Amino acid sequence: MTAPVPPAPVPIVEMKSISISFPGVKALDGVDFRLFPGEVHTLMGENGAGKSTLIKALTGVYRIDDGEILVGGQSRRLTGTADAQDAGISTVYQEVNLCDNLTIGENVMLGHETRGRFGINWTATHRAAVDALEKLGLGHLNPRQPLSTLSLAVQQLVAISRAMVAKSTVLILDEPTSSLDANEVEGLFAVIRRLRDQGVAILFVSHFLDQVYAISDRMTVLRNGQYQGEYLTRELPRAALIATMIGKEVASLASLDSERAERDHLHTDEPILRAEGLGRKGSIDPTDLELHRGEVVGFAGLLGSGRTELARLLYGADKADEGQVYFRGKKVDISTPTRGLAHKIAFSSENRRDEGIVRDLSVRENLVLAVQAKRGWARPLSKRDKDAIVTKYLAELNVRPADPDRPIRNLSGGNQQKVLLGRWLATKPELLILDEPTRGIDVGAKAEIQEQVAALADDGVAVVFISSELEEVVRLSDRIVVLKDHRKIAEIINGPGVTADLIVNTIAEEGVPAGADAAWSTPADREVSE
Amino acid sequence: MTETQSAPARTAARLLRTPYFWGIVAIALLLLVNVLRDPGYLAITVNPANGNLVGNLVDILRAAAPILMIAVGMCLVIATGGIDLSVGSIMVVSGAVAMEFLNAAAAPDSVLAALAAFLLAVAFGAILGAVNGILVSVVGLQPFISTLVILLAGRGLAKVITEGQNTAASNEPFRWIANGYLVGLPVVLLFAVLIVIAVGLLVRRSALGLMIEAIGMDPKAARLAGIKRRSLLMTVYIASGILAGIAGVFATASVMTVDVSRTGYQLELDAILAVVIGGTSLAGGKFNLGGTVVGALLIATLDKTVVFLGISSSATPAFKAIVIVVLCLLQSERVRQLFRQRRAPGTFVPSKETIPA
Ligand SMILES: Nc1ncnc2c1ncn2[C@@H]1O[C@H](COP(=O)(O)OP(=O)(O)OP(=O)(O)O)[C@@H](O)[C@H]1O
Ligand SMILES: [Mg+2]
Repeated sequence: MTAPVPPAPVPIVEMKSISISFPGVKALDGVDFRLFPGEVHTLMGENGAGKSTLIKALTGVYRIDDGEILVGGQSRRLTGTADAQDAGISTVYQEVNLCDNLTIGENVMLGHETRGRFGINWTATHRAAVDALEKLGLGHLNPRQPLSTLSLAVQQLVAISRAMVAKSTVLILDEPTSSLDANEVEGLFAVIRRLRDQGVAILFVSHFLDQVYAISDRMTVLRNGQYQGEYLTRELPRAALIATMIGKEVASLASLDSERAERDHLHTDEPILRAEGLGRKGSIDPTDLELHRGEVVGFAGLLGSGRTELARLLYGADKADEGQVYFRGKKVDISTPTRGLAHKIAFSSENRRDEGIVRDLSVRENLVLAVQAKRGWARPLSKRDKDAIVTKYLAELNVRPADPDRPIRNLSGGNQQKVLLGRWLATKPELLILDEPTRGIDVGAKAEIQEQVAALADDGVAVVFISSELEEVVRLSDRIVVLKDHRKIAEIINGPGVTADLIVNTIAEEGVPAGADAAWSTPADREVSE
Repeated sequence: MTETQSAPARTAARLLRTPYFWGIVAIALLLLVNVLRDPGYLAITVNPANGNLVGNLVDILRAAAPILMIAVGMCLVIATGGIDLSVGSIMVVSGAVAMEFLNAAAAPDSVLAALAAFLLAVAFGAILGAVNGILVSVVGLQPFISTLVILLAGRGLAKVITEGQNTAASNEPFRWIANGYLVGLPVVLLFAVLIVIAVGLLVRRSALGLMIEAIGMDPKAARLAGIKRRSLLMTVYIASGILAGIAGVFATASVMTVDVSRTGYQLELDAILAVVIGGTSLAGGKFNLGGTVVGALLIATLDKTVVFLGISSSATPAFKAIVIVVLCLLQSERVRQLFRQRRAPGTFVPSKETIPA
C-alpha cells in the first residue's frame, strides 16, 4: 500500500550530532536525523530511548547542548515553539492541544483568522476552515460546532488541519494513535498519506509495529539516546527492527500465547465480584457481570462502546445510578474510588495524564499514593515500607531511570505508565482493572506487562483487561466481554478458534454503530487495518 | 552548562533558588533601613524588673504572631488549590465572642473564664471553617466565592454578636495571652511558634502533606488514587478556621477590646501575601510552611518599618505593594533567567537549567 518515495536530494530537516543532557541522564548523545519532503519517517526506540526529546529539540521546547539543526538547508537556532512554527514545523501531541470551548473552525484558524474591515470576518474565516478541513477529507464537519463535541480521533485530525493552515512543511505526530481504535487509525493514516503525497514531511512515533509498517517509508532507530541507524521500512524486517531497538536478539516475544486460552475455566467458586444490572445513564446500560479469582476478563469494543464506562463503575470512579454490586457474595456500595479501593479493587485509568500520574510529585510519591490513600493520612507509611514498595516495583517493572526522587513528569511516557501500574499493584488488589495499561509502552515492555498480568491471575487476582488492541485482549483473556453502543452484547469464553476477527465480526453483526463516532467514518474506514 | 562550579558557588546558587531566599533578604534590608535611621534599632535589652526581653525585634515578632497563625492555615488551604478569604472575618467573630463572654462573665481574674473564652473563640473559628469546608467540598462552590461569603457575613455576624459595639472586657489571664511573658519571651510568640511547629509536624510526619499536595496538583488523579478529597478539604478549612480563631484571640487580647470594623480587617490579604512570598504557588500543590513563616515575618517587619519611618498611613499600602511586587518579580522564573543573561524562551519550558546539576 505504501508507495515508496524516492528521497528528494535535500532533506527538509537535518539534525546533526544532537546531544541533550538532563541532570543524571544523557537523553540524546550525538544523534543524527534526516527528514525528507514527501515521506513518512518513523522514530523508533524503547521507552526512554529519547524519541520525545529529539522531537522537543526540533520543536524548540528543549535547547540542544550540542549539534546542529538545519531546516530547509539553513542552520537554525530554535529557542521556542514559535521559532519552530516560523520554520514550518508543527506538532500534534498525543494530548491534543486545542481549545475545547472554541468551535472547530476557530480552532483550525486560530491565529490565521481572515480579517475584514471591522476586525475578524467570521463568515470568511469559517469558509477558510471548511476549505482546510476539506483538504483532509473532513469536509463534512460543521466548523461552527464546538470542538468538544468531537471524538478524540477527530480532534486530532482537526489539530492536523490547523497545522496545515499554518503552512507547515513538517508535521510531527508523537504517538497520535495510542488512543484510537482501528477505524480511527485508518482514517488518520488516510490523512497522513494524503499530506505525504502533497509533499509534507511527516515524523511519526508509535509503539504499534503494525502501524509503523503500514504507514512509514523510513525509520530512524534510537537506543539509550544513541543513534542506531536509518533504514528503509521495507528493507528492515520486524525481528531485525526489534533487535536494533533493544540491542539483543529476541526470540520469545510472542511466547506467552494461547496457553492462557487453553486453561480450564470452570468456575465453581463464588465470584469475587458480581454486578447485577449495573448501569449509568448515558454511559452504560444495565449490565450483569461476574468476575472470578484467577481469571482475566477482557473488555472488547470500540472506543465509546462503554468498555471504559463499565470498568469505571466497577471501581467507583463514576457512580452507578442503578444496579447492585456483590463483593464475595455481600452486597457492597462502590460509589467512590475510596470505597472501591477499600474493597481491594484497583483501577488504572486509560487517561494517564489527567487521571493517572500526579505530574509534580516524585516517582516515589506517585508509587505509594494509592497505598497511602487506602491507609488514610493518619497512618503514614514508614520510610522502610515506602522504600520496600519503591525498590520492588521499580525493579519488577523495569522503570528507567530507576531514580525514585525524580519528578515523574521527567520520565518518558512509557515509564510513567509503568510507575502507575506499580502504584496499583502495590495496593495488593483482589480485583485489578486495567484500562489500556500498555498504552505508550514499547514492544518489549508490553510483553513483560502481559506476563505480569498473567502471573497475577495465576496468583488468584481477578483481572479486567481493556485494550484497543484486540490481539492483546484475545491473547490474555480467559473470557471476553464484548461491548457496543453502551451495552454488553456478548460474552465469549476464550479458547482455540477465538480470534480478534471473531470479535470484530461479533461487533459488526450487531449492526453499524450509531452516534457520535459514525459522524466521521468514510466508507473506506470500515475495514480493519491489516 | 557550567559543570565546574566551586562548592560555595553551588551553595549560593541553591540558596538563590530557595523560594523564600528573597524574603529573608527583604527582611534584612528593611532592618538595615531602620538601623540607618536609628543605630540602636536592633538592640534587645532585658527589663531588669522582670527579666523580660524588650526591643523592636521583640515587637516585630509579637506583631507577627496573628499573621503567622492565619498564614499557616492559608498555606494549607492554598496548597489544596483553594483560598480562604474569610480568615480576617473569622478573627473578628472569635474576638467578639471572647469579649462578649468575658464581659458577661465579669470575672476579671478567673483563669477558667479565660480558658472558656479561648475555647469558645476557637470553636467559632472551627464552625465557620466548617461552613467554608461544606460550601467548598460538599456544595462544590468555588473556594473564592465560598470564603468571600463568610468574609462578608462574618463581620456582620460579629456586629450582631456585639450589637454593633466595640465590646471591651477585663480578664487578666486572657490579657496575659497577648501581653504576658514566659521565660523572658512574649507568650503570644511562644504560643505561635508552638502551633506552627505542631502543624508542621502533623503535616509532614503524617501523610496529610502529601495528600494535600496531591489534590492541589491534580484533583482528578488524586481522587482516582483513592484520596478522600471531601474530608481532606473539610479538615483543611476547619484547620484554617481554628487558626484564625486563635489569631482573633491574639488580636483582641492585647487591647482587651474587639473593634468590629478593624480587628482582622484585610488580614486575609497579609496571609495570602505571606504564603506567596514563602514560595507556595497560588495554583496549589507543593507548599512550604517554612517559607510561609518567613513571609509572615516579612509582613510584620514591613508594618513596623512603615510606622517607624513615619510613612503616612495612607501611603502604607503603596509601600507594601512595591516591596511585594519586587519580591514576586525576583521569584519569577523568567526574571531570574534574565538575570542570568540568558534569553528567556518564548514559552514556559520546564527548562533543565532550573534543576541543580
Ligand atoms: N524534562 C526532563 N528532565 C529530566 N529527564 C528527562 C526529561 N525529559 C526526558 N527525560 C529523560 O530523558 C530520557 C528520554 O526520554 P524521552 O521522553 O525522550 O523518551 P521516549 O523515547 O519518548 O520514550 P517513550 O516511548 O516512553 O515515550 C528518559 O530517560 C527520560 O527520563
Ligand atoms: Mg515519548
